[in-house]
Amino acid sequence: MSNHNKANKLFEPALVKQALKQSFVKLDPVILFRNPVMFTVEIGTAIMLGVCIWIMTGEKNQGSLVYNIVIFSILFITLLFANFAEAIAEARGKAQADSLRKTREDTPAKKVFAVGEIYVGEVKVVPSSQLRKGDVFIAEAGDTIPMDGEIIEGLATIDESAITGESAPVIRESGGDKSSVTGGTKVLSDKIKVKVTTEPGESFLDKMIALVEGASRQKTPNEIALTILLAGFTIIFVIVCVTLKPFGDYANTPINIAAFISLFVCLIPTTIGGLLSAIGIAGMDRALRANVITKSGKAVETAGDLDTLLLDKTGTITIGNRKATHFWPAEGVDEKEFIEACVLSSLADETPEGKSILELANVKGMPAASANGAKFIKFTAETRCSGIDISDRKIRKGAFDAIRNMVVKAGHTFPVGTERKVKEIASDGGTPLAVSQNGNALGVIELQDIIKPGIQERFERLRKMGVKTVMVTGDNPLTAKYIAEKAGVDDFIAEAKPEDKMNYIRKEQQGGKLVAMMGDGTNDAPALAQADVGVAMNSGTQAAKEAGNMVDLDNDPTKLIEIVEIGKQLLMTRGTLTTFSIANDVAKYFAIVPALFMASVPGLRALNIMNLNSPESAILSAVIFNAIIIPLLIPLALKGIAYKPIGASALLRRNLLIYGLGGVIVPFIGIKLIDLIVSLWF
Amino acid sequence: MNTQIFGVIAMYIVTLALAIPLGKYIGKIYPGERTWPDRLFNPIDRLFYRLSGIKTEKEMNWKQHLSALLTINVIWFIFSMLILMNMSWLPLNPDGNPSMSADLAFNTTVSFVSNTNLQHYSGETGVSYLGQLVLMLFQFISAGAGMAACAVVFHAMRERTTEKLGNFYVFFVRSCTRVLLPLSVVVAILLVFNGSPMTFKGKDSFISLQGDTVHVSRGPAAAMIAIKQLGTNGGGFFGANSAQPMENPNYFTNMVEDISIVIIPMAMVFALGQFLKRKRFSWVVFGVMTAGFLFFLIPSIYFEMKGNPAIGHLGVTQLAGSMEGKEVRFGPAASAYWGITTTVTSNGSVNAMQDSATPLSGMFALWGMMINSFYGGVGVGFLNFYIFIIIAVFISGLMVGRTPEFLGKKIEAKEMKIATIIALLHTLLILSFTALSSYLYAHDPKTYAGWLNNPGYHGFSEMLYEYTSSSANNGSGFEGLGDGVPFWNITCGFVMLLSRFLPIIGPVAIAGILAKKKYVPESAGTLKTDTGTFGIMTFAVIIIVAALSFFPALALGPIAEFFSLK
Repeated sequence: MSNHNKANKLFEPALVKQALKQSFVKLDPVILFRNPVMFTVEIGTAIMLGVCIWIMTGEKNQGSLVYNIVIFSILFITLLFANFAEAIAEARGKAQADSLRKTREDTPAKKVFAVGEIYVGEVKVVPSSQLRKGDVFIAEAGDTIPMDGEIIEGLATIDESAITGESAPVIRESGGDKSSVTGGTKVLSDKIKVKVTTEPGESFLDKMIALVEGASRQKTPNEIALTILLAGFTIIFVIVCVTLKPFGDYANTPINIAAFISLFVCLIPTTIGGLLSAIGIAGMDRALRANVITKSGKAVETAGDLDTLLLDKTGTITIGNRKATHFWPAEGVDEKEFIEACVLSSLADETPEGKSILELANVKGMPAASANGAKFIKFTAETRCSGIDISDRKIRKGAFDAIRNMVVKAGHTFPVGTERKVKEIASDGGTPLAVSQNGNALGVIELQDIIKPGIQERFERLRKMGVKTVMVTGDNPLTAKYIAEKAGVDDFIAEAKPEDKMNYIRKEQQGGKLVAMMGDGTNDAPALAQADVGVAMNSGTQAAKEAGNMVDLDNDPTKLIEIVEIGKQLLMTRGTLTTFSIANDVAKYFAIVPALFMASVPGLRALNIMNLNSPESAILSAVIFNAIIIPLLIPLALKGIAYKPIGASALLRRNLLIYGLGGVIVPFIGIKLIDLIVSLWF
Repeated sequence: MNTQIFGVIAMYIVTLALAIPLGKYIGKIYPGERTWPDRLFNPIDRLFYRLSGIKTEKEMNWKQHLSALLTINVIWFIFSMLILMNMSWLPLNPDGNPSMSADLAFNTTVSFVSNTNLQHYSGETGVSYLGQLVLMLFQFISAGAGMAACAVVFHAMRERTTEKLGNFYVFFVRSCTRVLLPLSVVVAILLVFNGSPMTFKGKDSFISLQGDTVHVSRGPAAAMIAIKQLGTNGGGFFGANSAQPMENPNYFTNMVEDISIVIIPMAMVFALGQFLKRKRFSWVVFGVMTAGFLFFLIPSIYFEMKGNPAIGHLGVTQLAGSMEGKEVRFGPAASAYWGITTTVTSNGSVNAMQDSATPLSGMFALWGMMINSFYGGVGVGFLNFYIFIIIAVFISGLMVGRTPEFLGKKIEAKEMKIATIIALLHTLLILSFTALSSYLYAHDPKTYAGWLNNPGYHGFSEMLYEYTSSSANNGSGFEGLGDGVPFWNITCGFVMLLSRFLPIIGPVAIAGILAKKKYVPESAGTLKTDTGTFGIMTFAVIIIVAALSFFPALALGPIAEFFSLK
């Protein structure tokens, strides 16, 4: 996880100042209404203000003015604390957004004006805000890319650190899956022609900023369900407190308004109510800090529920791409001749494998050949081979069975030794690439994968979380199985075509599972859209980015694992703080109930097990505890509860012990300590 | 003293030993698996189906189930009103008892339809034998309806993804013919052999030693006693319920009757395990219920056997324990045991005066009804428990970092809304009506002086008890309350109706909605609901949601009384 240029301190002074201001702005009842728990606290605070004024005008039965003003102030502070929690989470998000927005300042764009249908290269500098979808611009070394787009011509190294924080430049080129560029990044070398793919204000970065700022933040389904439950608890305690008035009348126990409001505010789940939205914002923020942009909070939540991860072998499980490691000519074929054929067939091959063949040939002393007048045959999923037609030579390179079929079709036999070699390579986890010329098998190129160190442990961790990993690879089943076993994935899809991913996702989903996948190519887009969590790589095509619901700025395929943990943390933080909040009620009851009735029912003194000083000090201590627990828990809400993959039951036991039992015990201690101080005055 | 405790332990062990096989049997009859008495019952069931035109193969969704349940209840409601208001001239009235007035008939009918059996009449003088038979019919019907609703929820919990949840009428008929009726026959025969009357003859008379002629009411009592116990109804044949010597002649019948109170509610838990093929889960549910039950029972027995401190202060030794309002033939331990079993299960029959129990026993009886799901009423006890499970699953699901799932179904906003409303309802009804009566009494004690025999904390407990009993569909009373006036008739009737049907509708709706959802297979990350940890979680949710919200009210009633007695 890279954490460059991100605010890592929880409470940066600048952010705190901003959040404090927002805490007051958020007192607006219209805003607060969205949070039923805190809204009722606000009503209570308003009533207490009324009571204070009432006493000032001469009312005698509601306790001393000082006491009432203190209660009012504490309730007011409780509200501010809750607002502050939300505001600081938002402020951190905004700080993130502002640093992103700096890259959005209007940049000059070298727009290419079309004459008719052909671009003639007439370039004029216009502000980037004037670019529209479909326009074409040119970016050269030193230029900032003004708008999201796709390279239609050329190749360039680009510094994407503005959005990824990664300082190593990346290469972007036209054609293939690395053709997209993002507005705000900088061209370091070369020149590219780019077609704009988004309207102004809708670019990827714009959307991202809006999300981070919470402008389009909506409550997630799970948050809604929890809000309903919390509202239910609030109503129960409304009933408890309202009915207490006639009960008190019956028992000849006058209960003043301050005591009612205090009891109510203490009993309703203010702790979780105050922190709930901060937890949600912080969840998205944590994803962002992992350099993952989520299009909705829901996606982060869903990530915690994932059952199956589809992982591309390349880059996730193995380091980089397969590399050519050996040339194995067939019997009777000259090694030099074979290598030359390999080089020729790979000249137009832009895949990393193709390039690695040239590299290996170079090492073996075979210079790059020229291929004037040659016709390149592109790789297709049907033929499963590529090649070159040069003078009268038809050289083909591809999957073993595709080449063998070609050889057999031409009336030749496939050499036994080569066939044996092919199987040998495959069973060692390598990939054999067969090469033929004019229907004669020439030999086989061996490609090998290197499995990432430490990946087995990560898969083991996922397994403990209950997440199944599936490796997707274009390799043949034998190779795939070898790597799958070595890396410790649960399943694999070999010789995968784009629709195989799609089918696998559908099959899993029909079984009720939630599936995530990562992809970058346009042909991944349907599967990304079908998956419950589709993570597109930032280097991927626009189509892929639009189809997925998250974008990984680092282009790091192992990121899925972090995303799962962030999702789980989000839900866990909500659950544990709810438990903590409700468990607190036990102690609060024992503080306030005896305080209410002690005077008229002396026997109930026995319930004052904390031995609090007086009814006033007991009520004040409970309310103060209730208020200060909110800011004390803000760091926890923002950072999230640590997830440990120890199995659901063990995890529940652990959290129940810490936050459930802890939630019962902590307030007993806290209230008693506060009472020791408060009792100096009350 | 040790014999008393031995008797109580023996009662519990026998209940459990009988409930396990009974539960397995019940778990087989709803899905229609073969059981050994099929040869006997199949023809009987077929007769019922043919007579009433029930198409057994027609499966219903949850809404159809509920409309079937509500429709038949309305029809029986009207039928009962007609009989109770006309029984003076109808047959089977050897003692010449009068017809009921409309309001009393209404109250009685609501009370019996809702499985509450709060009786504002006395059996000896208030109803004819025909009336008793009609009420007895209701004791079958309301219990059978509760069990059938529970079977619908079982069915919904078992299914992967479906709307079809079996046929309500089949569940209902099977509950009556295969569980309630045969068990009632056995219990009634045991009672008859021990002296309970079973006759259609009118009052008997004898001349006492003082030379007075004493008339003794009798009637078809044994049959009614059996079903009032087994169906968690509680409405006795005679006014004094199972404290009356003919209703409960000796310690043995007391054991039989007390076992009958708990056996079906307990068996329904094991039926769940059998039906779902999830034995571990049913044991977790049973464990939570038993923990709660013992939490009430043990201190209650302790306090009753210890005696009343106020009497102790007078210098009276209480070797037998607190005997006020108790029958000598049962003693304090067995009375306390009955007091707790009858309140946790929503039965409401009594073998001693709840009003005379020591304050904390009264509190545990109240708490049992407030929670109303430690075993609970037949069928409905599990339905109440189901709501707590849903809330517990939701919170603990979040705690392990997954969208909460219960038996492979995701719990979302809609289910939480229903569960929250149902969890609220009980608190709302009990507290708000107790508040209303407290308010009236506190502001005009003269007008309402007739309500309370004991003002002060105990009077408060009496009012709290009356509404708690109504809301829990229990039917027992803190008899010090003058409840035979319109205010109590009307408000209690209202509470009984709401608290009977909404808590059935809620769980059936949740289960029905969940059954329709996509099934999510279990993984290592799924929270298992059949573990002790989850049991503790459920227990904590029950205590905090259902028990703590009554804490201030209990503090002003039984707890204040307890501390003032010291």
